[in-house]
Amino acid sequence: MDTELDVSFTVNGETLTRRIAVRQNLVDFLREELGLTGTHVGCEHGACGACTVRIDGEIVRGCLLLAVQADGRRVETIEGVSQSGEIADLQDAFHKRNALQCGFCTPAMLLTAQDLMQKNPNASREEIREHLSGNYCRCTGYQAIIDAVQSTLAARSPRGVSQS
Amino acid sequence: MKAPPFAYVRARELPAVFALLDRHGDTARILAGGQSLMPMLNMRVTQPGVTIDITRLPGLAGIELKNGNIHIGALATHAAIGASPVIRQHLPLLADAAAHIAHPAIRNRGTFGGSLALADPAAEWPACCVALDAQLVLASSAGTRRIAARDFFQGLYTTALQSHEVLSEVVIPVPAAGTRHAFIELARRRGDYAIVGVAALARSQQGKLCQLRLAYLGAGETPVLAEKTSQAFDLIDTFEKALTQAQSTLASELAPAADLYHSAATKLHLARVITARALKQLVQLAQPAA
Repeated sequence: MDTELDVSFTVNGETLTRRIAVRQNLVDFLREELGLTGTHVGCEHGACGACTVRIDGEIVRGCLLLAVQADGRRVETIEGVSQSGEIADLQDAFHKRNALQCGFCTPAMLLTAQDLMQKNPNASREEIREHLSGNYCRCTGYQAIIDAVQSTLAARSPRGVSQS
Repeated sequence: MKAPPFAYVRARELPAVFALLDRHGDTARILAGGQSLMPMLNMRVTQPGVTIDITRLPGLAGIELKNGNIHIGALATHAAIGASPVIRQHLPLLADAAAHIAHPAIRNRGTFGGSLALADPAAEWPACCVALDAQLVLASSAGTRRIAARDFFQGLYTTALQSHEVLSEVVIPVPAAGTRHAFIELARRRGDYAIVGVAALARSQQGKLCQLRLAYLGAGETPVLAEKTSQAFDLIDTFEKALTQAQSTLASELAPAADLYHSAATKLHLARVITARALKQLVQLAQPAA
């Protein structure tokens, strides 16, 4: 039984080995130990979605996972996903369509939208709403966010066809 | 807030979990998907002496058809159940219900066994398991025992699971051919906690419904199997008469508690509304296509 644990996992492709207090959740570890403050802390009980990160390619709530549970896993945050260029088009669309105001929800909104676009490239407006339903935005009223995701999906679609 | 200090063990096999539970009893908490335990830790609603992480136990996340039963491992996630072809084919009620559970990021972590063991009265899986007459397998150092879902749920967040036991899997008989289902839930926003919901099953014989089972969530301290209501829905009469009979019987079986936004009377009214929707869906499905 431990209150601290030695763990090793990758964050945005970089392997790290640390001793971590078991009670620390993943989002606090990312922000406070690694300085990756793009992942935000909102409600700390899974309601707001601001802490969304990817573990082994799947989106999860960073506040509902102990950092030590990431041992051996592949963690990706908004810093990694934006620096790789993976969501550059989506970020552009958010910018162009005013899909953010204060920006607090935006990193998680981008990761959640990207998750939908990878899984369901033909998502309808209703399916976009449904997939983003766990991410709160208190500024935009959501319409512009849905617009941005929808237009990015449309722009990606012919490119995907021509490549395949 | 932040979680209080606690000790943590990452279990590698079930006997190790049993040993810890035998030693620590009520002060131990099992961490599965963590989508309810983690908020409770963060809000300091619970302060376990030791948290036993079972997420890496092998062999507990399967979804399999064996001898006419579907076996769902306790660690199967909501997302895995929602995406499973086996579930879609044999237990479509669960596939439909999965979409109502919170949001994608939570469905990726939250587990079937965790939801059942927590026994939130507004949760989807407990009501589905009662409707489907599921058997829950409870494992401990003394061996395993099975208990029917309707006996497992005993009160608000209270189950038959004892402090030395782990819910390891759920065995659900595949419904007979011709079984129809409906899962209807009302929530204020997509993915919110249910105001009230119903898991409904019935067999269709010559275009008529029989063996109706209605299990409600958000309508009492446990999932409620409304047997009198099911019996009151007698299609010797017209659909409307049968429905009225069923709806008026519902008050004798459901005891919904008021929440922040809905009085008990509103919830009972809404339970009647979704009963009508579920029965219409079942009857329409039972009609041969023109």
